[in-house]
Amino acid sequence: MKVNKLIILLMFVAMLLAACGPAATSTPAPTTAMATSAPTAVPPTTAPAATSAPVVLHFMYYQDGAEASIMAPLITKFELANPGIMVELDVVPYANITNQLPAQVKAGQAPDMARITNFGAFRGELLDLSKYLSDPTFMTSNFAAPVLAAMRAPGDTTGLYGFPDTLTVTGPFVNTTLFQQANVPLPGANATWDDWTKATAQVAKATNTKYAIGMDATGHRLASVIISDGGTLLTSDGKFTIDTPGFRQAVTMLKSWQDQGLTDKQIWTKSGNSCINDFMSGDMVFCLSGSWQVGNVAKTVGTNFDWQVVPAPTGAGGSVGIAGGSAVVAFKSTQHPAEVAKFMEFLMQSENYSYFSANTLALPAETTVAKAGVDYNTKDANVKAALNAFTAGVQNISDQGWALNPNPNAFAYYQNSVTRISQYLTGELTLDEMVQKLQSDIDTAIAQNPG
Amino acid sequence: MQKAMRKDLFQSIGDGIGAFFATLYEWITFVLDQFLFTPLQKLVGMRRMPYFFVLPNLLVFALFSLLPMLLNFGYAFTKDPNLFLSERPWIGMQNFQEIFDCKTILDPNTCVVDLFWRAVGNTVQFVVFQVALMVGVSMLTALILNGKIKARGFFRSVYFYPVLLSPIVVALIWKWILQDSGLLNGILIALGIPAQPFMTDPNWARFWMVMISTWSNMGFYTLILLAGLQSIPSELYDAAKIDGANNFNLFRSIILPLLMPTMLVVTVLSLIRAVQVFDIVYAFTGGGPGSATLYLVQYIYMNGFSSPIKLMGLASTASILMAGVLVIMTIIQLAVRRNEV
Repeated sequence: MKVNKLIILLMFVAMLLAACGPAATSTPAPTTAMATSAPTAVPPTTAPAATSAPVVLHFMYYQDGAEASIMAPLITKFELANPGIMVELDVVPYANITNQLPAQVKAGQAPDMARITNFGAFRGELLDLSKYLSDPTFMTSNFAAPVLAAMRAPGDTTGLYGFPDTLTVTGPFVNTTLFQQANVPLPGANATWDDWTKATAQVAKATNTKYAIGMDATGHRLASVIISDGGTLLTSDGKFTIDTPGFRQAVTMLKSWQDQGLTDKQIWTKSGNSCINDFMSGDMVFCLSGSWQVGNVAKTVGTNFDWQVVPAPTGAGGSVGIAGGSAVVAFKSTQHPAEVAKFMEFLMQSENYSYFSANTLALPAETTVAKAGVDYNTKDANVKAALNAFTAGVQNISDQGWALNPNPNAFAYYQNSVTRISQYLTGELTLDEMVQKLQSDIDTAIAQNPG
Repeated sequence: MQKAMRKDLFQSIGDGIGAFFATLYEWITFVLDQFLFTPLQKLVGMRRMPYFFVLPNLLVFALFSLLPMLLNFGYAFTKDPNLFLSERPWIGMQNFQEIFDCKTILDPNTCVVDLFWRAVGNTVQFVVFQVALMVGVSMLTALILNGKIKARGFFRSVYFYPVLLSPIVVALIWKWILQDSGLLNGILIALGIPAQPFMTDPNWARFWMVMISTWSNMGFYTLILLAGLQSIPSELYDAAKIDGANNFNLFRSIILPLLMPTMLVVTVLSLIRAVQVFDIVYAFTGGGPGSATLYLVQYIYMNGFSSPIKLMGLASTASILMAGVLVIMTIIQLAVRRNEV
């Protein structure tokens, strides 16, 4: 028995020692080209053999839908063509990009690259790609100048720090089945906000639908109403001015929707709430959201009802959509600037960019791809029609609509607008008080973090 | 036969593992004793040894509690937006002056940092109602659970169960119940009563925040009070009953005085927790509608962490003020209760 115990004890010690030893390294499985339904496949590249340990690039990435799964095969293609470089896609919640990444960058712990939406947030911390790109003019000739400029530090007029990988446009989704059931004609292309409010109220009443009209709770979507009402959020010197007749008209309209019970009061109680859930469940006739919701709406609504994207209602300032989107940027703290530039140049190549747009159902921000047209990877006619409608809406984006989102101080307006407007909607503040407080919040934020 | 052999093998494995750990333990204690504790005791003396034992815990406390507290002061007296203190210019009391810059102290709209004062007002209101309700309901529940009721063990578990739930889960469950098209409105409509704006009316939202946070934490305080009740000797009840005391007399003259120290603990704990309310409300209302359920910790979080443009100086100043008020309240409460008890 004692011998037994001794043998077992020795075996146990041997197991522990083995567990403490170095792990056996497994050879990576040979990577095969991934079969994708991409309309444009990258031709096979003859890759040079890697001679030393590969360079690993860390790419912090958030996704609205399934962008990471579309990015993954692109990374595989890149790695096949560049055996010395590996790209590690670190998929994080969007909140990490807004809350955690800035602290990481300040602490010198930035990833090599990241996908961001606040273009001006990292000015001075980004890598100037122009020194490393084989053709820097490709960027300047293919991407909107205000977007490229938004990433530059004050005084810098030529630096290239990143590129927009998607373009988004705000626009309304309409439940056409409810219009048909109510026997109310769909307002035309030049219909005003007032026309849409009346028509949707009529439809909601006739069809016993919970809510007639709504818009996402964000200053970004509200800006499209403000500008179409003739308001100018940005002054000629790039500052924010809230107190315009257009702004007052837009928030007064929002309050009248609430007071008349036309909209879901829950939307504007918290920043980021969207009217799209009410729309997708068939509880709202009209929802002002944006192009990024197309895939979600198509998937959720399915065949429950017909829907379409219509031109933004018009006003004194015209029918206005607001541009937005995301961008891929590189950080100057990277140890591998040449490899980062190589990867970003690869993503910018029209065929890869087009593949990404087609499969994520995102509008392209790259001129060459936009001009050539994107063959969106969907069989859903509603989706194609919606994307075409949003693409047509791009033509209606005013100068203000283009300039708002890339403006370095845009987020000072976004972050404060919902709380203040919500205070006005619940009666905590009068219209005058709200306008004054919001302007003060924006000025404070800009003063603390000068753009 | 095979079964017996297997049993024997398992027994041997068990004995082997036990022997291994016993040997390991002996070796570790031998090494520590010979090479660390004995030389250290010779060096610092017997009386100073306890400090050495609490040192690891103190280091963790200093690193994760004390240091952030000190850094907080640094941020409160320096200017945004830089993260590193060395890059933040000294501005003295500017953040404090800004917070206290009000034309009329009772009207938050006249303050420069009006949302801070709204958050203060909301927090005070929440604390008063929530702590009172929490102590009252926990006491009542503890009294019931201390009595001879059927399935006492089951009910004790039931009341404690919400404490085990994540605050986010609690908030989401209640959101499903209370939203416009939620369960409660569904029941009301079925009964012919109009739907109520439970989450969009400021007063309803405040009311439900008090109810939900009380519901979710009540079990914890009930347990403490129950332990207090069970520590009261039964002879006291018997003697009082012989003297003709009824249930109210028992409560007033025996339970309440003897339970006072436990109630003090419950009050202090629930008060501190109420001032710190954040996670449930953040997931439930996000501070809305308007700023109706914007409480202090969310205000601090909003300015210091979640906003794209962070006002860390303002957030730090607000947190220092909050901590100061908490410390003063705790000292006053302890002093008053000590005199009473």
